Amino acid sequence: MIDRRPAKALRRRIGIDVGGTNTDAVLLDGEHVVAAVKTPTTADVTSGVTRALADLMRTQPRGASRRPPTEHAGLADPATTISAVMIGTTHFTNAVVQRRGLTRVAAVRIGLPASASLPPFVDWPDDLADLVRGDVVMLEGGHEYDGRPIVPFDAAAMRAAARRFRRDGVTSVAVASVFSPLDPSCEEQAATILAEECPDASVTLSHRLGRIGLLERENVTLLNACLLDLARKTTRAFTDALRASGIAAPLYLTQNDGTVMLAEVAEAYPVYSFASGPTNSMRGAAFLSRSTDALVIDVGGTTTDVGALRHGFPREANNVVEVGGVRTLFRMPDLLSLGLGGGSLVTLDPLSIGPVSVGYRLTAESRVFGGTTLTATDVGVAAGLLDLGDRRRVADLPAALVRRAVERIGAMIEEAVDRVKTEAGDVPLIVVGGGAFLVPSRLAGVSSVVGVEHQAVANAVGAAIAQVSGEVDQIFQALPREEAIARARAIAEDRAVTAGAERATLRTVEVEDLPLAYLPGNSLRVRVRVVGEIGDDVRLDAPARRA
Amino acid sequence: MAPPRDVTAAELESLAIGAWILGTGGGGSPYLALLNMRRLYRHGVVVQLMDAMDLADDDLVAIVSNMGAPLVGQERLTDPRTIERAVRMMEDYLGRRFRAVMSLEIGGGNSIQPFMAAAMLGLPVVDGDCMGRAFPEAQMTSFAIHDLPMYPLTLADVRDNAVIVARAESWKWMERLSRTACVAVGSIAGTCKAPRTGKEVKECGILYTTTKAIRLGQAVQAARREHRDPVQAVIDAERGLRLFAGKVQDVARRATEGFLRGTATLEGLDADRGHTFRLAFQNEFAVGWLDETVRVTTPDLICVLDTVSGDAVGTETLRYGQRVTVVALPAAPVLLTPKGLEHVGPRAFGYDLDFTSVFS
Repeated sequence: MIDRRPAKALRRRIGIDVGGTNTDAVLLDGEHVVAAVKTPTTADVTSGVTRALADLMRTQPRGASRRPPTEHAGLADPATTISAVMIGTTHFTNAVVQRRGLTRVAAVRIGLPASASLPPFVDWPDDLADLVRGDVVMLEGGHEYDGRPIVPFDAAAMRAAARRFRRDGVTSVAVASVFSPLDPSCEEQAATILAEECPDASVTLSHRLGRIGLLERENVTLLNACLLDLARKTTRAFTDALRASGIAAPLYLTQNDGTVMLAEVAEAYPVYSFASGPTNSMRGAAFLSRSTDALVIDVGGTTTDVGALRHGFPREANNVVEVGGVRTLFRMPDLLSLGLGGGSLVTLDPLSIGPVSVGYRLTAESRVFGGTTLTATDVGVAAGLLDLGDRRRVADLPAALVRRAVERIGAMIEEAVDRVKTEAGDVPLIVVGGGAFLVPSRLAGVSSVVGVEHQAVANAVGAAIAQVSGEVDQIFQALPREEAIARARAIAEDRAVTAGAERATLRTVEVEDLPLAYLPGNSLRVRVRVVGEIGDDVRLDAPARRA
Repeated sequence: MAPPRDVTAAELESLAIGAWILGTGGGGSPYLALLNMRRLYRHGVVVQLMDAMDLADDDLVAIVSNMGAPLVGQERLTDPRTIERAVRMMEDYLGRRFRAVMSLEIGGGNSIQPFMAAAMLGLPVVDGDCMGRAFPEAQMTSFAIHDLPMYPLTLADVRDNAVIVARAESWKWMERLSRTACVAVGSIAGTCKAPRTGKEVKECGILYTTTKAIRLGQAVQAARREHRDPVQAVIDAERGLRLFAGKVQDVARRATEGFLRGTATLEGLDADRGHTFRLAFQNEFAVGWLDETVRVTTPDLICVLDTVSGDAVGTETLRYGQRVTVVALPAAPVLLTPKGLEHVGPRAFGYDLDFTSVFS
């Protein structure tokens, strides 16, 4: 078996996971976690991240002294020795799932008279559509698979709609045209008109985000458009936190596939970081446990995710992935989520557990922290599974009822693990996340329940060991298909290496070719994406940070 | 004589799952047709399903299908008004009204096209089709195998384009003429094939495949609900065979001459590790090779299923990295006759191979 563990990266990196409940941060020196902290997420995000960074810097020198110092460390201010900060966040998925912080979007579909009976938002859950759906405009235009226009693009109607958007104060527009991955010209013309007529609105074009499959591509475009304001605000909060902590290193956001993107680029594509939380926790679990094939359970404050590691990588969902009930074609880890976490609300008689959670208010509202709300954490303390807060505040709970609650939680976890399993035999289960104490030490179908060091901050570790990618999306002419793909792969690999990947660790995650019948000479559009571990001593892609 | 019965919205959901499996990769994703039906049902439409045996011999039945390359259907989304226009055009041309609508092929989205037409026209749907699966070409039907007349045919586009093929010398000519029109309008069109009498449907149709597809979908749904293996549920429901489990390693496809053609290569996983499986398709999967040896050919149904969910994977939705299981299901008996094999055996797809069923 190829050793897929991260290469011997010597860089000092900070990984941060901003979850719904906790903000975790770790400092990695090469392969060593030299400091790890966990703080509550704050409503403004910034102060939570700032506090996590401050805590990390405070605890760091002690941790670092256990390891041989790296060449940069010395006696310098620890903040200046950091070479990169990687943040993973579930903020954007949570916004969609919980229907908050979303911007109303004007949808422009170009393709009439085709596809008329299934307008934008067609298969969205009503409550989400009601929040996001603004003006819906369907226009004549779009292309055939062979590059001919379906009918000429109705630029005059686009201009009229754009003027209306301006009048109505529309701030975000999503544009999707039929067959735009083959010919983006209608979307580009629409963008030009929108820039002229309503320059203050943000515009998301579908061909930048998706592939063939109009509805799924349009859905992703609409989701991206409704998250842009939140993404900008959140990214700036991260940047502010870094600045306040005196860290000058470039800021990256982690993506669905475990790679990173510079924050200022990533803020225009919030949908790309939808699944970064689970991806980071799975990769963090693999890194910390040195396992390549196992199930992983991540028990957070609000939810529990169960996934599978195969050959060191999260098993991906195969086909259609729904986000907040919306159908997409994202590549995401294949996960089972249940509404169970350390912050889950519990009533003992009659017994009920979750799915509602106190979230980041755990340290204010739960019983052991002086509050009045009974949570799974309180039950854990009462049952002696962990020592947290003031255990006297749960001493009054009847032992039999506590035991029953613990058993119920164990049964919920056992069932979830069983559903994720795809093989008959017993498999190891790696436990990570702040709520790990809820996982019983023995489970049916599980050969061993594996705890790992730093398990409570596996997400942040996963962010810190994020990979870099190289991508190519290019038209090749007059080449046999195999040769065109091989050339594309070579270009993508070179780009990944330039971006900081170690060549030996590169693997291909996506290959797609699309014959372009309307261009001469056997034209083929080839997309290849490769990812690899961050290599020794390499700078990530030029840190063109905003001044 | 049983009266036609209402088809529930839940049965349409099951039909979409089952028909996608019977589509053997083609027939277009039923999802988009299903979305149209959900919208129609939400507006109070209910479509009825009838037993072919309840047709009078001289009743006239519309055989409908959305024709073209499945990839195109992912962008130019199916619209009930297109198929409605094709059927109305046929009624006007014939000067007669249809008694019911029936599917050309039960595989894929074309299992739901007759429901879309029926919803718009207020007619019942006949429980059956003329392929028992999906096939790419006009002459690959039980009606063609029985040498029934192949014309007239009507074809409607979303624009104001419509074509009537008044006569054709043979089924192959009908395929050629209608395919040319289909390619001209963008490789997707609503078609009403040669009308059938009640007698022809009863004698030459492949009956009860609509309810079969619904049952297959229900079996998959039940397995998922009960956390059983949905792929095994498909095999059990249809007495199928598991041929290969692997991961998609390469997909080469090309929309050409109104079809989606290409090959897919799977790399074995688990018990099949170290082996490869190659599939060739023309809209539907036609031949499968295990390590360069022919393992399965049309007309045995070659179904590629999502290993975890049991959902079918279409030739237009196969993607690098997907984990899939290849399953063979038995074909309708009429396709296995010498005459049937002339129409739908491997040679009909250009492969110089004798047909040996994996079930023989």
